[in-house]
Amino acid sequence: MNRQMMKGNEAIAEAAVQAGCRFFFGYPITPQNEIPEYMSRRLVEVGGQFVQAESEVAAINMVYGAAGTGARSMTSSSSPGISLKQEGISYIAGAELPCVIVNIVRGGPGLGSIQPAQSDYYQATRGGGHGDYRMPVYAPASVQEAVELTQRAFDVADKYRTPVMILGDGIIGQMMEPVTMPEYTAPAFDRSWAATGWKEGCGRERAVINSLYIQPDVLEKHVNKLARKYAAISENETMVEELYMDDAEYAVVAYGTTARIALTAVRRAREDGVKVGLIRPVTVWPFPEKAIEDAAGRVKGMLAVEMSLGQMIDDVRLAARDRCPVRFYGRTGGIVPGVREIHAAIHAMKEEL
Amino acid sequence: MAAPAIYGRPKFLTDAPFHYCPGCTHGIVHRLIAEVLGEKFEQDEVIGVAPVGCAVFAYNYFNCDMFEAAHGRAPAVATGIKRAQPDKIVFTYQGDGDLASIGMAETVHAAARGENITIIFINNGIYGMTGGQMAPTTLIGEKTSTSPFGRTAAANGNPIHVSEMLATLNGPSLIARVSVHDVKNVLNAKKLIAKAFQNQADGKGFSLIEVLSTCPTNWGKSPLEALQFVSERMIPEYPLGTLKEV
Ligand SMILES: Cc1ncc(C[n+]2csc(CCOP(=O)(O)OP(=O)(O)O)c2C)c(N)n1
Ligand code: SF4
Repeated sequence: MNRQMMKGNEAIAEAAVQAGCRFFFGYPITPQNEIPEYMSRRLVEVGGQFVQAESEVAAINMVYGAAGTGARSMTSSSSPGISLKQEGISYIAGAELPCVIVNIVRGGPGLGSIQPAQSDYYQATRGGGHGDYRMPVYAPASVQEAVELTQRAFDVADKYRTPVMILGDGIIGQMMEPVTMPEYTAPAFDRSWAATGWKEGCGRERAVINSLYIQPDVLEKHVNKLARKYAAISENETMVEELYMDDAEYAVVAYGTTARIALTAVRRAREDGVKVGLIRPVTVWPFPEKAIEDAAGRVKGMLAVEMSLGQMIDDVRLAARDRCPVRFYGRTGGIVPGVREIHAAIHAMKEEL
Repeated sequence: MAAPAIYGRPKFLTDAPFHYCPGCTHGIVHRLIAEVLGEKFEQDEVIGVAPVGCAVFAYNYFNCDMFEAAHGRAPAVATGIKRAQPDKIVFTYQGDGDLASIGMAETVHAAARGENITIIFINNGIYGMTGGQMAPTTLIGEKTSTSPFGRTAAANGNPIHVSEMLATLNGPSLIARVSVHDVKNVLNAKKLIAKAFQNQADGKGFSLIEVLSTCPTNWGKSPLEALQFVSERMIPEYPLGTLKEV
């Protein structure tokens, strides 16, 4: 497909369709409505199914059903709706089903605002649902990257049989940017686990899509198996971008659209002679701990910049292991931190450290 | 020559022994479903969804591909399955807490969409699995562990008549209430369960069969008293019959 201007939400939806997603279940909420709207017409063209569910709870459980048959399935929502999906996400993780969940984050808590925010970081990266589980979470910083990460998300979901989240924000969802849809071919995955109809002698075990393990020792074994999977995901799937870090004396750590604004601020500070670089986690779980830890040994200080009161900063501090001080700048409530403010925060860090 | 078998395990039941209490009619309903499925379909044509409730382990009993759904979400899960596997017969098996309380929205909307699935709804007027709390279908006057003085409309709200409610919708093709408290009713229940599955096979859309069922354990009754309770107390509140058929 040629390069064309696309809104982030629509680009994510089209990327999913190109990746072979044929089942979408959603419920309206701003600022992600373009995803279900796009899917409601596009999936008809490609012989898929779109259901406007009665709630986010129902939508994620429809995903559980479709994903349990091995079909590439997706749902999308924004913060309050993602809270409602947590039950289903936990069950999907427990039952080891592949699917993609898009969260176009808005300000919270509660009904909050409809403006962009990054205040769902804890929920996304700590497993917002109950139980011992993890979930890969991709945080795109451009519409093009949102497209690529959406397609990668489907592959990672299938490879590890896990729910995967795209953690965007209102800016990514609403922004129009030039996009090139990649040529996508789905790798072959084993789907012999899926419930597609079984009979004696059909060559596989009867499928039971389930997260109930009533015997504690059996559940512990199951959770330990999940833990090994999460270790493999951390090992193989962590993504991070580092810019101007080679000679950096300071580092800004930011993800998603905040990282783009921070990059402009970093460049300005460089013009002022401050040797500062940018570390941008592309996966926020698994968090790029090694990149942060290595950098923390080289720089005088780090500045976490977020559209929240400061949530990712906890991961930065954990990874930095006290090798350098970590400072914070953020705006919350749906307010986007500006280049000038971040630039000032970089200078303040330099003055202090 | 061995005598020909005239009664045996339907192919849609595994050989796992049921865990239900003595006198509980969950087992009868399982058997009826399995018989009907076996008479109509091959195993690989059917996918079932178990609830959260006493029938949570139904996935161990129904001998076909099965899902275990979150509490009340079986109709949504079945919707996802049916959309992805439209040629399969998809059914859910749900209790009254599951279907009529926490999962009411999923139930009503699957019915309103005319989702081509079959729901077997076990109305035993109580939360069996969690130890006998009040259900949305508990009769006025009945004592449960969370309505210890007996259910009153003022304190606890009124019983919900699920089948009557769903019968007002345009989506469903068949809504019927049956009982399994005696042989005649068991045979009739089987007939309606068969019709519900046939409707799905014929593409007619949503069907729900409400089965009045017993919970001797949490009702504090013997199996026999429990069957009497169904005929004397439950049926007057929840009259049997076909409430909608198109
Ligand atoms: C979200 C959630 N809430 C509560 C429970 C606890 N729970 C398990 S079974 C059950 C009630 C089941 O009652 P019913 O659906 O009437 O089925 P029965 O056990 O009577 O067959 C409840 C409340 C749960 N598992 N999940
Ligand atoms: S608790 Fe009640 S519903 Fe559950 S198995 Fe026992 S008798 Fe049946």
